[in-house]
Amino acid sequence: MNTATATAATAAPKASPRRAIECGVPDNQQYLHPLLKKNYGAWKYHDRPRPGVLHHVARSGDEVWSVRAGTQRQMDVGTVRKLCDIADQYAEGHVRFTIRSNIEFMVSAADKVAPLIEKLEAEGFPVGGTGNSVSMIAHTQGWLHCDIPGTDASGAVKALMDELITEFRREEMPNRVHLSTSCCEINCGGQADIAIIVQHTKPPKINHDLVANVCERPSVVARCPVAAIRPALVNGRPSLEVDEAKCICCGACYPPCPPMQINDPEHSKLAIWVGGKNSNARGKPTFMKMVVSGLPNNPPRWPEVSEVVKKILHTYKEDARSWERIADWIERIGWPRFFEKTGLTFTKYLIDDWRGARVNLNASTHIRF
Amino acid sequence: MAKPMHPTPMLDELESGPWPSFVTGLKRLAEDKDYVVDVLGQLETSYKTRKGYWKGGTVGVIGYGGGVIPRFTELKDAEGKPVFKDAAEFHTLRVMPPPGMHYTTDILRKFCDVWEEHGSGLIAFHGQSGDIMFQGAKTDNVQGAFDAINELGFDLGGAGPAVRTSMSCVGAARCEQSCYDEARAHRAVINNFLDDIHRPSLPYKFKFKFSGCPNDCMNSIQRADMAIIGTWRDNMRSDEALARRWFAAHGVDELVNNVVARCPTKAIQLKDASKVATGATITSVKVSDTQALEIDNRDCVRCMHCINVITGGLAPGEDTGATILVGGKRTLKIGDLMGTVVVPFMKLATDEDREALVELAQKIIDFFAENALEHERTGEMIERIGLVNFLEALEIEVDPNMVACPRTNPYVRTDGWDDEVARIKALKQQQQAA
Repeated sequence: MNTATATAATAAPKASPRRAIECGVPDNQQYLHPLLKKNYGAWKYHDRPRPGVLHHVARSGDEVWSVRAGTQRQMDVGTVRKLCDIADQYAEGHVRFTIRSNIEFMVSAADKVAPLIEKLEAEGFPVGGTGNSVSMIAHTQGWLHCDIPGTDASGAVKALMDELITEFRREEMPNRVHLSTSCCEINCGGQADIAIIVQHTKPPKINHDLVANVCERPSVVARCPVAAIRPALVNGRPSLEVDEAKCICCGACYPPCPPMQINDPEHSKLAIWVGGKNSNARGKPTFMKMVVSGLPNNPPRWPEVSEVVKKILHTYKEDARSWERIADWIERIGWPRFFEKTGLTFTKYLIDDWRGARVNLNASTHIRF
Repeated sequence: MAKPMHPTPMLDELESGPWPSFVTGLKRLAEDKDYVVDVLGQLETSYKTRKGYWKGGTVGVIGYGGGVIPRFTELKDAEGKPVFKDAAEFHTLRVMPPPGMHYTTDILRKFCDVWEEHGSGLIAFHGQSGDIMFQGAKTDNVQGAFDAINELGFDLGGAGPAVRTSMSCVGAARCEQSCYDEARAHRAVINNFLDDIHRPSLPYKFKFKFSGCPNDCMNSIQRADMAIIGTWRDNMRSDEALARRWFAAHGVDELVNNVVARCPTKAIQLKDASKVATGATITSVKVSDTQALEIDNRDCVRCMHCINVITGGLAPGEDTGATILVGGKRTLKIGDLMGTVVVPFMKLATDEDREALVELAQKIIDFFAENALEHERTGEMIERIGLVNFLEALEIEVDPNMVACPRTNPYVRTDGWDDEVARIKALKQQQQAA
């Protein structure tokens, strides 16, 4: 008998750890509303009987009404259960979520729509977000969960949606408006018609006592997009130094090297970007462009940010023609007029000086007077 | 029984106003959970000091290297003890959603039960990569929570340098614009890469996203390393009854200014109904007894605009599939990149078609794994090595649909020009003969 067998025989039987079932992405067929399952891939057209409601007609003649409501995205189980109760009682037990964290309830009869809407609104879930509305703001984790947030996202979004709820409930914009919020320049919130992004405005503050122990210095050096970071000996210990004139304050060095603190209660500011669109409809997809910088990081309601966003939105609402997204509208009226109409200030900091920036310069005499 | 709440004057302000409040939800959880009482305490501190206090670490489940986002508090007192000790750990489980994010109330209630037992009770539907975010668990509870979620038929998503959780639009389940079975393609691709999701070992993250048509509701073109966007290559379909109904409701001004004039390539014209052209590439539809739309499909770029406006009256064709774009990403390190077309059209109708998609994805991931620098996204790698090198490695023939225009700078070695012309001509002849 060898030693291993002896040990196994004498030791108390050990519960073997549960191995994960690597099942991957579940099949969604089991969760589909029966009419969605029945008419899978065989839809004919849709319309919107009222804001917040989509009406889809299948080739078979079947009809489905979807009611869309806003949520707070980070939901407690009480809220999720409440939404389930509503789905069971007023809809047909099936829901789905949109990419902007709205919830949709599917029903098979037109007369189920009104009571469902009434119940959702009564329970505090605004109905809207369809068509030419301002939909719920896509956002990131912020102070609640992120390890490098310059601000909060859930709070800024809640504050802003409180002010934009009427535009969520109505479809009065020229075209759909997608907003996003990101709590640092890595911009996990993504491209949007209007985006709110925290911007660091000062180089990182380095705690030289910690760098050698915490950071893999070459990978931090490699991470810097403008080669502003180099290894250095500080007080006789290996550390890093930043050429502050070169530094663009992007914050890329902070995740692999937390002693290079980039967030700053005073100097983390918010910037506003406009004109991003991922859809290929009409023009090709576009990136968003920075139009305002230096707004204060002012919790809990960030009023300065709301004011600028509302100003841009309302100017767009009044001035754009139907079907023009914000990017389409600006393409028609031109950037000088965009700044004029919104009252925002065009400064030298808005002229791109990044690699490939010439494509953003005006190489023509196309000028509006 | 939970301990008394910390004062949260700033967060309290986020309970006013008409939009649903996450603070109210957290306070409801705090009634029973000391854990959430302290989460609120730390969050209020962030609001006061305008600083974040979470740092990463290493927490996982048995057998996997990723999928849990560890968070430990950095808010410590003078002795180095957590100020809010019950929330010293606040880990998130990323869980992959079903394609199209469809649920029954039954499965949502089961999620709630699991997360109430093992976690904070806070769930985000969904994170920006598509995951269901089960937010807030202590290290000791992570395995139990995962086991219970896994028993429900759900699996962890990606984190770190790995294939990430994917998203697909509502698609064929409820959209008439759907050009392929997004859910099946989504599952075929992602479930092929489970090892690369669960055991992060790539140079950096790699994201797939699936959109059923060029409206790209999943924002795949800007956010996915590999975007699969539905399209069609035959003629647009039309339905006279629906087109007439739309015209009767909207009139000629709207048709001219918002349909005809907004066509990006001027492929669509308003014509006298008796003078509409016919031909193999023409789609036409009467909107009234005297007026009709005429579309030359050879000029159409499948942008979706006219179809979006006259839903059902105009519709994608029947020979549907997808365009594949590679290299989209946001910001770090060389700025935003859109995906670049690498396959203008791919049929995705059968299991064999989907296998071909999986094979292409596998080749791209393999090339990325071997050739990208550390912390370099696919788009950045392609920018560094050039699209041609990437295509040659994947054995994909060049196609003018891959560029906005041919090169504008003259600095290029063209030694192999004649050979390439001969090779491509021979290839085309061969394809025509086949």
